[in-house]
Amino acid sequence: MRTRAPYFFLAPYLAFFALFWAWPVVYSLYLSFLNTRVYPWRLEFGTNWSRLLQDPFFFVALKNTLLILVVQVPLMLVLALILALALNSTLLRMKGFYRFAFFVPVVVGSVAYSATFRLLFNTEFGAVNALLRSLGHPGYDWLYTPGPAMAVIIFALTWRWTGYNAIILLAGLQRIPRELYEAAAIDGANFWQQFRYVTLPGIRPVLLFCLVLSIIGTLQLFTEPFLITAGGPGNATMTLGLYLYQQGFRSFNFGYASAIAYTVALLAATLSFLQLRLWRER
Amino acid sequence: MRGRRFWLSLGLQALLMPLALLWLAPLWLMFVFATRPEYDIFRVPTPLLPGTAFCDNLNNLQEDTDFFRALWNSIVVSGLSTLGAVLLSSLSGFALAVYRFRGQAFVFSLVVLTLTIPYFTVVIPQYILVAREFQLTNTYWGVILPFLANALGVFYMRQVFLSLPSSLLDAARVDGASELRIFFQIALPLVTPSLAALALIFFLNVWNDYLWPLLVLSEKEMYTAPVALGTLIGLTRVSWAGIMVGSFLMTLPFAVLFFFLQRYFVAGITAGAIKE
Repeated sequence: MRTRAPYFFLAPYLAFFALFWAWPVVYSLYLSFLNTRVYPWRLEFGTNWSRLLQDPFFFVALKNTLLILVVQVPLMLVLALILALALNSTLLRMKGFYRFAFFVPVVVGSVAYSATFRLLFNTEFGAVNALLRSLGHPGYDWLYTPGPAMAVIIFALTWRWTGYNAIILLAGLQRIPRELYEAAAIDGANFWQQFRYVTLPGIRPVLLFCLVLSIIGTLQLFTEPFLITAGGPGNATMTLGLYLYQQGFRSFNFGYASAIAYTVALLAATLSFLQLRLWRER
Repeated sequence: MRGRRFWLSLGLQALLMPLALLWLAPLWLMFVFATRPEYDIFRVPTPLLPGTAFCDNLNNLQEDTDFFRALWNSIVVSGLSTLGAVLLSSLSGFALAVYRFRGQAFVFSLVVLTLTIPYFTVVIPQYILVAREFQLTNTYWGVILPFLANALGVFYMRQVFLSLPSSLLDAARVDGASELRIFFQIALPLVTPSLAALALIFFLNVWNDYLWPLLVLSEKEMYTAPVALGTLIGLTRVSWAGIMVGSFLMTLPFAVLFFFLQRYFVAGITAGAIKE
């Protein structure tokens, strides 16, 4: 049927989309070529991008972000997959309890749990060190030593996002037709073979979705390092997100911050594309 | 065989139970700290049972920052942006699902493409727009506006409306109802559970958002709850029990909602990941 109704229905969304998404995507690319430390802003193609390539702080932030990405995302997704498999299994009792325990972090705000994790990992009185000491370990100066500080960020992220991914993976598992497992069982496939040849291919697209989402999310990590460690000690937990915030909204150097933002976008696009290629169904 | 299943089940339970308790520990301790006097937080071993100092801690928090005001700001901002975003998403989702029109494929691919754009690439121009062009810093609208266009919402509502039998809408057209009326009086009421799921996720996202309100709000009276708490975290002479009260108050309503309405949260979270 022919009617102009759909255009009217789409108009308000498209107006806000144009203003707050389409124009910004283009404008921040443009900004990344502007020298915004002079007034009025001046188009200088090299300024921000060549600074980026020589900026040791940027590379520290990049290294830290990639480190978190490489360690935290696989750790979390494996854990989430195990959880999803357990919650999908007929062997597990008290599923309601487990679902609540692992899934409830999805409603907890980053500020609320960052504050809590800061207390839990306090060196003198934190619950974690108290537990470690009771087990005969001296504990760590968590927030003030580089390695452990990074570990705290990784723990916090894992606590917050494992359930989120498990929810998505579980939904994927529940959509695998039961007959496939029955057929596999009739063919004499053991647990591992069923996992390898039925489960894994069945949830591949969902797993890929989680992976790409986690990559994009981790590359933009901000609140946790900002509130738990303030990027410290030194710059040990400085992330790209935190550095962008400092450059953009502390120094108000929008041009340079936009160059950082586009680096994140390029990284996200490249990594996502690589994953899609790597995991593409053969 | 029965025996083997029993032992497997027991083994799984023994493996998962400690992990589940570990997962609940941060929230439980948040609650415990919120109800214990300040000095208990700094005590070893860590107290594990709630105390009776909740009201004192709340008073301390209120002295550090006007938290009730911040909660109210959060409610207003989250509520209004949820209303707006749900309306815009369902209007667009309806248009994309029910009609055939020129440019449809283009609009839909825009929506899908937006889902993959990192937020960082838009946050700086959004800030320039809201703060400099519109002069909306320290206003509710300054916080709300960027949340109104939500591509995931459009994508989700399109899926929802696609599953609606078109015969229902056609019957209304035969009766002479306008398209807008069909949308509001027939289509929307039929998808209320999905709307609720979407609204819940939208509300939660804005409620918990930190970076954007941090950028556009600098006056204490306008702080949302996360921003109000966030400013306290870096300070030295501040009531940590108070911060825990604030965190607890921010979290509790949604933990309770999650307990009763898990299905809706799950529907909102899996939107986009699972093809219906």
